[in-house]
Amino acid sequence: MSEVSLQIDGKAVTAAEGTTVLAAAQGAGISIPTVCHHEKLEPFGGCRLCTVEVDAGGRTNLVAACVYPVQQDIVVRTRSKQIDGIRKVLTEQLLAYAPESEVLQKLAQEYQAKKDRFAREASFCILCGLCVRYCAEVKKKDAVGFIDRGPSREISFIPEIAAKECWDCKECFPLCPTSALQAAFVLMRSLTSLASSNSEEVRI
Amino acid sequence: MPRINSPAELERLRQEILSKRDPDRARVAVCAGAGCLATGAEKVIAAFNAEIEKQGLSAEVTTKGTGCPGFCERGPVVVVGPEEICYLQVTPKDVPEIVTKTLKEKKVVERLLYVDPAKKEKAVHESDIPFYRNQERNIIGNNIKIDPKCIDDYLALGGYSALAKALFGMAPEQVVDEVKKSKLRGRGGGGFPTGVKWEAARSTPGETKYVIVNADEGDPGAFMDRAVLEGNPHSILEGLIIGAYAIGAHEGYVYVRQEYPLALENVSLAIRHAREHGFLGKNILGSGFDFTVKVHRGAGAFVCGEETALILSLEGKPGEPKPRPPYPAAKGLWGRPTNINNVETWANVPLIINKGADWFTGFGTEKSKGTKIFSLVGKIKNTGLVEVPMGVTLRDIVYKIGDGIPGGKKFKAVQTGGPAGGCIPEEHLDIAVDFDELTKVGAIMGSGGMIVMDEDTCMVDVARYFLNFLAQESCGKCSPCREGIKQMHRILTDITEGRGKEGDIELLEEIALSTRSASLCGLGKSAPNPVLSTIRYFRHEYEAHINEKRCPSYACKELVSYYIDPEACGACLLCMKRCTSDAIAGGRNLIHVVDQVKCNRCGTCFDVCPAKFGAVIRLSGEPVPGAIPEELRVVVRKKAAKQETAKEAR
Repeated sequence: MSEVSLQIDGKAVTAAEGTTVLAAAQGAGISIPTVCHHEKLEPFGGCRLCTVEVDAGGRTNLVAACVYPVQQDIVVRTRSKQIDGIRKVLTEQLLAYAPESEVLQKLAQEYQAKKDRFAREASFCILCGLCVRYCAEVKKKDAVGFIDRGPSREISFIPEIAAKECWDCKECFPLCPTSALQAAFVLMRSLTSLASSNSEEVRI
Repeated sequence: MPRINSPAELERLRQEILSKRDPDRARVAVCAGAGCLATGAEKVIAAFNAEIEKQGLSAEVTTKGTGCPGFCERGPVVVVGPEEICYLQVTPKDVPEIVTKTLKEKKVVERLLYVDPAKKEKAVHESDIPFYRNQERNIIGNNIKIDPKCIDDYLALGGYSALAKALFGMAPEQVVDEVKKSKLRGRGGGGFPTGVKWEAARSTPGETKYVIVNADEGDPGAFMDRAVLEGNPHSILEGLIIGAYAIGAHEGYVYVRQEYPLALENVSLAIRHAREHGFLGKNILGSGFDFTVKVHRGAGAFVCGEETALILSLEGKPGEPKPRPPYPAAKGLWGRPTNINNVETWANVPLIINKGADWFTGFGTEKSKGTKIFSLVGKIKNTGLVEVPMGVTLRDIVYKIGDGIPGGKKFKAVQTGGPAGGCIPEEHLDIAVDFDELTKVGAIMGSGGMIVMDEDTCMVDVARYFLNFLAQESCGKCSPCREGIKQMHRILTDITEGRGKEGDIELLEEIALSTRSASLCGLGKSAPNPVLSTIRYFRHEYEAHINEKRCPSYACKELVSYYIDPEACGACLLCMKRCTSDAIAGGRNLIHVVDQVKCNRCGTCFDVCPAKFGAVIRLSGEPVPGAIPEELRVVVRKKAAKQETAKEAR
């Protein structure tokens, strides 16, 4: 596979064809914030915090670095007033779900995001999909999935699968950027609803 | 029906069909599109069949249900040939008269003709009606001539001759070149050059490639694609087969939304007929080219109109957009090179191949060629489908074709491009309608929705309405779209319900920027348009809502009150009787009073109060005067005296 030369934040970088801008930047020691990205998983492009500016073919576009493939001679900027503004709003929107999340608090500090800009949401889940994708791609179990769409979208453990697979696994818990307890809670809720016919008390 | 195995056989069949059709034969064409069917076209067709038989004309007259000619406002539309007399709003009751007078006596039934409201002249033919006269109907013009369930009608008009020309007279590269030369741009919204897209799919190596018709038309109030799917499905299929040949695809899909049952029926039937005739299947027309098509029903998600989401949906996965690149031309359906075009784009292809790219570029502006179909709806006299060359002004569409705003109201804005389009105010009505000009004023071409709004429309409420739609239809995968639209919708709801705060406009703009810049697909990228365009042109309306808690259009219920002026009230009981929430107290000779707590602000009292009293007053942004004490409510009815005092009070 051939090498591609590009520029990131003024630094000349080479990367193998097919790599993403995010990977190329990380390889060159340049950090780009991410929430939904995980090295073991297929790039998802969901949280969009990795949005960067790319000059390509005479045009400047805003793209998600985690899914955008490197191209010869493109110029990438990972910080600008516009990018910081976008990351600020995106962080604030996610903070409405999980104001105490460490990952989000770090982002908030970097981009001057306010915790209470938007009304507090009932759920902790920011729908990054790490648990869903890890379960599908790495564990190949599909015990947890997305349901519904738009503002009603949520994650849900599939009771029939979760009841069999989840007790001894729980590998998704530490992946959750907002709260492992949240994952446990949702899991529990699914399991208790399945087990309720036995009327046994389930302890968390 | 035996298969057709060569262009010569196709031509022979066409001649045979034409030879059986006497151009002077009497015929009745009734629009059987979804719009006219809803207003009773089916009963009209049945009435014609019965009446024609009753009057013993069965052998001399042909009756058929056809595709939609576009004048939905005045449906059911009936065209009587060979004179092509156009009757509007025909009911089964009118049928005996039409049969007796027009079919038998060759006279015109004057009362069913279109009357030009300006000149008071009656229009006998379609072409005399201003609604049609100012259009250029390359694509939907044939609809009224075609029974979409009858392939012979399409063949009679030269159908599938473009396919024969492409297969036998042109190399695939030549077909691509011709489409490139025509500068046709995608009609689904993106406006990407079709020929360039085809070339990309063609040049990607691979044995298996796919072509797809995107018929997942989901914009509220838009029905351009439905009219073509229902009315002339073969024109889409012919375009698709030509495209497949050009790209090197042997399999195709028509992705039709489930909510279009008639379109599904007609497209499926058209595919069957095309297969039986040898336009689909193996060795098409004896050319050696193989191609098959399947219909896929969409399950109702708006976002599946986005090409990557559509592909996933076709694969049986949740319809969520994927990042591009890779584009479908490189990696599409089942990972193979795939070309997706919108219904209207495909329907343009046979015309370009038959008449040439030079003919096509004769219509339109420098960068937007050809015609475009718009569905003209909202506060407009002539609701319907209009096809115009790119470059006509919005003003011409609204006033010349649409005949302006009903009820003597004032024009406020026209929203183009579907739910994620922008609202264009009066000051920009003279822009030429094409892809680039609409973008410049903060709107988009989209797939061709055009919603006209009058002075009673509140622009903040409009933005709220569209953002609600988009929030529900966002797939929820990426956070700028899912969260951004939700937050913008919340703020807009607050503003329209009287909870707007200082800084809300700036916050809306900030969220809009992040949603527009960072969203994964076109839905999120365009979703802020209704917000940004209404802030740009109607900022004063936002400010009135936020600062004065006033809705200038009296549309936001929470900000409007209805009050009866005791001096003007004629105690006529009308508003009391019609009140939908039993909120008006009063009686004979008793001044009526609105109970502000019970009132649901439907506005019925305002609408029904006789003009001679004009007693019901709409208030917004100001306190409602206290109710008149009960002891003073008795009307001393001395007519003349009363009128005097009412006059003074005003």
